[in-house]
Amino acid sequence: MEALERLWHEQKVALIAAAVVLIALLSCLKQVNETEQAVIVRLGEPVRVVNRFRPNADFGQTGAGLTWRIPFLEQVITVDKRVLDVSMERQQVTSADQQRLEVDAYARFRVIDPVKMYQTAGTVDRVAEQLQPILNSVLRQELGKRTFGSLLTAERGQAMENIRKGLDLEAREYGAQVIDVRIKRADLPDGAPLESAFTRMASARQQEAATIRAQGQKNAQIIRAEAEAQAAKTYAESFNKDPQFYDFYRAMQSYDTTFAQKGSSTSMVLSPDNEYLRQFRGK
Amino acid sequence: MSSFGERAAHDGLSMAGGKSPWGGTGEEGKASGSEPGAPDGDSAPPPPAPPSGNEPKGPRNPWLPPSSGGSGDRRPSIEDIFRKRGGGGNGGGGNNGGKGGPNPSFRLPQRPDGKSWTPLIVGAVLLLWLGTSMVHRIAPQEEGVVTTFGSYSRTLKPGMTFTLPWPFQSVSTENVTQIRRESIPEGDSEKLMLTSDQNLVDLSYIVRWNIKDLKLYSYQLADPDQTVREVAEAAMRQSIAEVTLSDVIGSGRAAIETSVRDRMQRVLDAYRAGVTIQGVDIKKTDPPTKVVDAFKEVLAAQQDAQSAVNSANGWAQQLTARAQGEAAAFDKVYAQYKLAPEVTRRRMYYETMERVLSQTDKVIVETPGTVPYLPLPAIRQTPPPSTEGGAK
Repeated sequence: MEALERLWHEQKVALIAAAVVLIALLSCLKQVNETEQAVIVRLGEPVRVVNRFRPNADFGQTGAGLTWRIPFLEQVITVDKRVLDVSMERQQVTSADQQRLEVDAYARFRVIDPVKMYQTAGTVDRVAEQLQPILNSVLRQELGKRTFGSLLTAERGQAMENIRKGLDLEAREYGAQVIDVRIKRADLPDGAPLESAFTRMASARQQEAATIRAQGQKNAQIIRAEAEAQAAKTYAESFNKDPQFYDFYRAMQSYDTTFAQKGSSTSMVLSPDNEYLRQFRGK
Repeated sequence: MSSFGERAAHDGLSMAGGKSPWGGTGEEGKASGSEPGAPDGDSAPPPPAPPSGNEPKGPRNPWLPPSSGGSGDRRPSIEDIFRKRGGGGNGGGGNNGGKGGPNPSFRLPQRPDGKSWTPLIVGAVLLLWLGTSMVHRIAPQEEGVVTTFGSYSRTLKPGMTFTLPWPFQSVSTENVTQIRRESIPEGDSEKLMLTSDQNLVDLSYIVRWNIKDLKLYSYQLADPDQTVREVAEAAMRQSIAEVTLSDVIGSGRAAIETSVRDRMQRVLDAYRAGVTIQGVDIKKTDPPTKVVDAFKEVLAAQQDAQSAVNSANGWAQQLTARAQGEAAAFDKVYAQYKLAPEVTRRRMYYETMERVLSQTDKVIVETPGTVPYLPLPAIRQTPPPSTEGGAK
């Protein structure tokens, strides 16, 4: 401690000078993170870019790290280098066949020309703000050309690509590149369209239910008819051995069931010539 | 907090003694016991005027030349910083350079051999700084990225590693093997999606993902977690829009899960997000609540159809069994009949006629040419005895 005090006493001026120099040096240095690009602006005019985005540069070789600047004269503007997001508010879009659809979309973009971005928009947030209405209108325009059905299915891919191109064209003005546009949701709007969809679904189900019931009836009928055919075949195979005997046999059974029930009030008028009464004549 | 109590005691002591801390400029050595500077817990406001008549000099500027305050002015300010660190941050460190200065008489207790503790404390802090910012223990499920002045330099694998200390290199670690789960939608709300046949289905699902490449994950996307959610949503809706409602509710689930996963992976790879989608699991596919009844109706219809078929089957069994039975009976009788046709036939005839005629009213009209008057309705109730008698 004593030594330090002595040093301070003796080298006061030198120490202060060293501190001032250190501070000055530090104010000349600026750390640029891997996720940032830095535009060095000298008196309002961009002079150079540090860690600019290049498509195939690997991290660590991009130029991030410490950079120099002239204090007071040069200003460092940091611009996000990562992929950023613009979300579109939910909005109703009318398809080519006049159906309404509620659409929610997002776009992903990246600032590839920070100088241009700085000059036109200023900040990344402003770029997103500018892109949002453009995304809205491009989307509306593109989806309006297509039918409701095609919006739902595979054709969406092509539509999205067209929207991306349209938006990208505008985004280049702000030094940004649109990487992807995607529809998050495409829903029927609340109210009448949704209700009618529900009704349609319900009636389709009811129709399905009716069809299933009818199918069941049909199957049952077929099963019965097959059984009857089977029975007829069985009978025929058996009875066909002697049709005459069958006739007799079955007639006997039939007489039994028709006349021989207890308490039946059948009256018969028989002629003595009847076969049954043959022996009456004593022959 | 022992230092706090100690200090309070010192305060009391200094008050009792009525000694001014700003008094004797050259006497810090003697006044080492009294520590008046910090009015409890708050060193920010200028200390109150001391009760003694000595002229208060106010806060001292440590940068001032030492002639006014003596050599003690510098020393306590450094010690004060350390004391505050140890004391849990009462007053913060923001004003050490200026108003924290006026603690000229505070001094750490000396070591047994009479030397100052200061070098040791400075050494310990230095060691702590280097230790925490140079040595990194990466847990088995973690990885870490090292940045040199903000620029990426390498990725740390699990284990002990060393880097340059803090202002030069810094490390941020992240759990890369842990499977993160995103449940969409959150909660139990109904989420309706359109299918290709323009029906709506209420669907909820889970996306499982983890970090594949920490470097890309850290630097490529502004908000990777949010991006995963949004991509999941877009991919799921697109996949659902390609299949029909019955596929979604019925057999097509596994195919949808695979196609959503592939689609998500493709999009995220295109973003170079450094994320692997482990899987997409559809938790629930239900018809919208408003049409649930109609869907139940379909189930009921299926039951009805099944029961109609079942009862028809039962009836059919009965019918064929009876036919077989009757045929078998006929066959048996016929076999016997073949052996003695005439006798069997007669026997059967008489037996049947017996049964028949024993149960019926009989009228036998003998004389040819007589036309019997048959009061048919009357016969039915009470047979007329005349005809009966005539018959006999």
